[in-house]
Amino acid sequence: MESGLTFNLVPWVVFLPLIGLSINLLFGRKFGESFSGTVASLATGLAFVVSVILAVALANHPEGVTVPLADWITIGSLTVRWAFRVDTLSVVMMLVVSGVGTLIHIYSIGYMHNDVRHNGDEGRYTRFFVFLNLFIAAMMILVSADNFLMMFVGWEGVGLCSYLLIGFWFEKGKNGTGNSEAAKKAFIANRIGDFGLLIAMFLIFVNFGSFEFDAVFSQAAAITADKPGVMLAITLFMLLGVTGKSAQLPLYVWLPDAMAGPTPVSALIHAATMVTAGVYLMTRSAAFYMLVPNAQSVVMWVGAATALFAATIAVAQYDIKKVLAYSTISQLGFMVAAVGMGATVAGMFHLITHAFFKGLLFLAAGSVIQGVERGMHHGDHGTDPQDMRQMGGIRKQMPVTFWVYLIGALALSGIAPLAGFFSKDEILAAAWTSQPGIFIVLALAAFMTAFYMGRQLVMVFFGDARSEAAKGATESKLVVTLPLMILAGLSVLGGLLNLPGLHTLEHWLEHTLGKVEPAHFVWLVAGISLVLALLGLGLGWMIYSRKNEKPFVDPLKKALGPLFTGMENKWWVDELYAAVILNPYKAFAHFMAEPVDLGVIDRIGGGLAAGTRAMAEGLRKLENGYIRTYGLLMLLGLTAILTWLFLH
Amino acid sequence: MIPIAYPLSLAAILFIIGIIGFLLRKNAIVIFMCLELMFNAANLVFITFSNYYQLIDGQVFVVFVMTVAAAEVAVGLALMVAIFRTKHSIDIDQMNSLKG
Amino acid sequence: MSLNPLLLTIAFPLAGVVVMLLLKAKWKNAIRWTALLTSLVTFGLSLWMLSQFNSASPDLQFEINQAWFSLGGNPIGFHIGVDGISILMVLLTTFLTPLAILSTWKAVDEKVKSFMAFFLLLEVGMLGVFLSLDMVLFYIFWEFTLIPMYFLIGLWGGERRVYAAVKFFLYTMAGSVLMLAGILWIGLQYGSFNLTQLVGSGMIPAAAQLWLFGAFGLAFAIKVPMFPLHSWLPDAHTEAPTAGSVILAGVLLKMGAYGFLRFNLPLFPDASIQFAPWMAGLAVVGIIYGALVAYRQKDVKKLVAYSSISHLGFVVLGIFALNLQGLQGAILQMVNHGLSTGALFLVVGMLYERRHTRLLENFGGLWKVVPVMGTLALITMLSSVGLPGLNGFVGEFTILLGAFGSEAIGSPWFAGVATLGVILAAVYLFHMFQKLFLGPVIHEENQKLKDVSVREILILAPILLLAFWIGLYPKPFFMLMAPAVEKLTTIIQSAALLAQ
Repeated sequence: MESGLTFNLVPWVVFLPLIGLSINLLFGRKFGESFSGTVASLATGLAFVVSVILAVALANHPEGVTVPLADWITIGSLTVRWAFRVDTLSVVMMLVVSGVGTLIHIYSIGYMHNDVRHNGDEGRYTRFFVFLNLFIAAMMILVSADNFLMMFVGWEGVGLCSYLLIGFWFEKGKNGTGNSEAAKKAFIANRIGDFGLLIAMFLIFVNFGSFEFDAVFSQAAAITADKPGVMLAITLFMLLGVTGKSAQLPLYVWLPDAMAGPTPVSALIHAATMVTAGVYLMTRSAAFYMLVPNAQSVVMWVGAATALFAATIAVAQYDIKKVLAYSTISQLGFMVAAVGMGATVAGMFHLITHAFFKGLLFLAAGSVIQGVERGMHHGDHGTDPQDMRQMGGIRKQMPVTFWVYLIGALALSGIAPLAGFFSKDEILAAAWTSQPGIFIVLALAAFMTAFYMGRQLVMVFFGDARSEAAKGATESKLVVTLPLMILAGLSVLGGLLNLPGLHTLEHWLEHTLGKVEPAHFVWLVAGISLVLALLGLGLGWMIYSRKNEKPFVDPLKKALGPLFTGMENKWWVDELYAAVILNPYKAFAHFMAEPVDLGVIDRIGGGLAAGTRAMAEGLRKLENGYIRTYGLLMLLGLTAILTWLFLH
Repeated sequence: MIPIAYPLSLAAILFIIGIIGFLLRKNAIVIFMCLELMFNAANLVFITFSNYYQLIDGQVFVVFVMTVAAAEVAVGLALMVAIFRTKHSIDIDQMNSLKG
Repeated sequence: MSLNPLLLTIAFPLAGVVVMLLLKAKWKNAIRWTALLTSLVTFGLSLWMLSQFNSASPDLQFEINQAWFSLGGNPIGFHIGVDGISILMVLLTTFLTPLAILSTWKAVDEKVKSFMAFFLLLEVGMLGVFLSLDMVLFYIFWEFTLIPMYFLIGLWGGERRVYAAVKFFLYTMAGSVLMLAGILWIGLQYGSFNLTQLVGSGMIPAAAQLWLFGAFGLAFAIKVPMFPLHSWLPDAHTEAPTAGSVILAGVLLKMGAYGFLRFNLPLFPDASIQFAPWMAGLAVVGIIYGALVAYRQKDVKKLVAYSSISHLGFVVLGIFALNLQGLQGAILQMVNHGLSTGALFLVVGMLYERRHTRLLENFGGLWKVVPVMGTLALITMLSSVGLPGLNGFVGEFTILLGAFGSEAIGSPWFAGVATLGVILAAVYLFHMFQKLFLGPVIHEENQKLKDVSVREILILAPILLLAFWIGLYPKPFFMLMAPAVEKLTTIIQSAALLAQ
């Protein structure tokens, strides 16, 4: 029973970050920056150690266990526990979250040191790490939950952390409210998704009588045979939740704005971990999706459409983080499409490698941004340190950052033998064999990915500096670059996880996901994808390396004309939503608040009161004060009563 | 014994005279007297039936009515005097300040 | 007679009032301390009651039935008792009262003596409502709560306090007149005013239940308040002093929902089943409507007031799901709403004490100026928005789950539309938080605001701790109410079976 005891460690993946944040909450400000940063990193690091121990224990007992902690809600037939699930899928997620999380914590020690000074409030350093630890705790609840409801706690918990961290500099941004607006937008977009997930959970409970994964999934086949409509509804409502959290069409709009958060947040939450929660949820619920082909095709088309759509926007962005944000949406589209095609392992594989190289890219971008900030003259407000049009030639000043960025970009583009090549290739291979339409869309998206990464590399690192700040940029400290180097290593080697022929990850996950048909390595597909990647990078290099004039005008602008304008303006989706949803909602709420509530409903009570008053006004005329009138009325009344009595 | 209709008719006539006087006269003192007339009409009816049914209740009631009427006249006259002092008149058509 | 915890709990505030009457009006602090200690001891007594309470039993406990007078030959008694449903309401009342009193320490400086006396009398009235088992006694307490509240709003309120107080009084009176008619009708027609005799006796025929449901329901619906009978609430909430708003939102509104649970469901089960879809429909309209209107308010207190309409919609929806999950969720949500909205009003009150304004446009960026208050307000807001891990979620989720599968409501669409309220709640509450605490500090006056004092932390901390407790481990609360709720559902189910 040794492994049983080991598995009982699992609650600590949640408790450790919670302890970390409590310490920081109580003492963080007293003991200063290095204390807070160390405590938070240590808490996450220890959670990583626990995850590793769990993984080792799991190697001997791959069937996994459920570790109950306490009862949560018990009403009649409804029983929900706080219970942790240790299986190959959840442990993989724990490793990614705590592993990448630890690196980003360490990176943040250096990054936030500069950031709080740049933004002028040093007191918020500790707060940042409190939020970051809270996020790790919530994310751990999400991935280690044994039932849908507990997972939902983590699901909304990470949404809250995302809200808090996007709005970390809540007094900054456009008009001073830009950041807090972005935070609100993220939370509400996520809540729309959560609405879908809630409905899916209601349907699950009403039809399955439980929230626990095992109990639910074991009945899935029977329920599908019985009520196919219900299963379709469950899977589609769940998809709505996924589109919110994993930033898919049509709810993706919050993610680009979420870049308002500090860069480590973009790396951790909005690239590596939180946004992949939707992919995790669908992988976890693969038993549902396998049974409903209609839902599967909706899922894969949503994913593929998002992949291409976001890639087109990424091509025409100038903000270094916005490019990466749209790239993230696009890559999440790949994962969702993979899960939709039933290639859950490929989706998970891409999730992991993406966590490595996109985390790396964001962190490196943060390093670039701070490098440029350091290059800015004191009082220089004209330069936007995130605008790629004002960069150029930074590879000379920031060699380490350049090399890790290059590795990340190549991995993302899918150049062999880096991590992204293998994982993306597996998704493309799955599409090739079963869904040619999806394959074409995804291949196109992959080509554009390589193109915009090539564009970004050239604009940021090559050519000549287009601003004083870029010229004066300096390399970051070791505490910042060390995590970058580790992540770069992972981005290079990540492909080993599920190398064709070995299928390590696949064999690991099949204990949880069931036997999945091993994805065949198709040489043709690999060739196509590699050629596309090289073509994209090369094209990006060709078009942009010749441009060096100031001010920077994108050469595609002339070539593509209105098409480019559309991409540049994100296809006006935000404006569309404002016109179709936001403004009508405001107008309708206003209509309800003023004309309806104050104008009608409040007047009903007021009208009754006014009626009473009017009646009283009429009646008081009778009281004229002349005793003679009263006497007459008394007489008439008396006569009337007596007459009535006589007649009866 | 006189028929019961006689005293009852007398009471009715007295009562009607009282009502007419109450409704038509302006002088508050006269109105008081009309009120007393009505009281006494009612008293007469009480006495009549008390005698007719040989029950003492009616006569007891008359004593009460007379007491109350006397008290009421005392209060009423006091009010009249008070009003006369401020208004120098006891014309009830000038007294309507208690209108709604 | 041994000491009865109920009698002590309900009578102790009266003792406090008597002591206070002996104090001179200018000894303000002595009066404040007397009131605070009285309410704290009352809370202690209610905890003692809880410790003596047998939570496994569905029956009424600590019953006292003292004959009082009779009407039409039917005895009316001072009949009180407590079960798993009312004990939570009693605890909520005794818990919130000391906190509300503590919040007036600085805010109320005029006529302190009468303020505190009214406040304690209000507590007696509320406890009486939750404990009464005799319909006439219930009615007396029900009406009695109006009087102190009327004065609290009318004397210590905001600018339009008299208007608000009269409106509050008249709306509630209008509803309760019909309830009085219903009570008298039941008592004279079916020979008892005693709830324990009437409940489950099947004495009231289904046809009579329909209009009796309406007569009682109108009184309760106004109190809850349900759409479209709510328009007294925004005015009363807005004009009342902070402590008054806290009690108004925290406890007085619960009296309406409690009335449904104590009277309409057990006395008129057939009518309840028949009206369930209609009540659920109104509740859903209230949820969406309250959320929409709240979003467009410029006054923070009004915003919170309209949010109450939305939240209480969830409670009514849960009650008329008529199943275990819905009912237990609704009762828990009554407690939750008392805590969250009470805390929101306390936060707004703290802002008002500092700035003497309640308009959203006068704030902004306060998290930077008053970080501790910002954090406390954030947690309060999140508990109101129903974030999992905090109290609001457990209540809302179980209500929606109950309503989704409810046979009485008959369609999952009600719960489905109500779930949209979860999104809209995020819209208006995050809007409020942003306008108050986020963004830049736009007004110079706000730069120098003082952060929360120890007293203010002492007020909010117990509420927030409870919010976490209910959110993470609500089991004790569910266990406490479970037997009584099961008894209630049995009554309804047997009525449903008979009707078939």
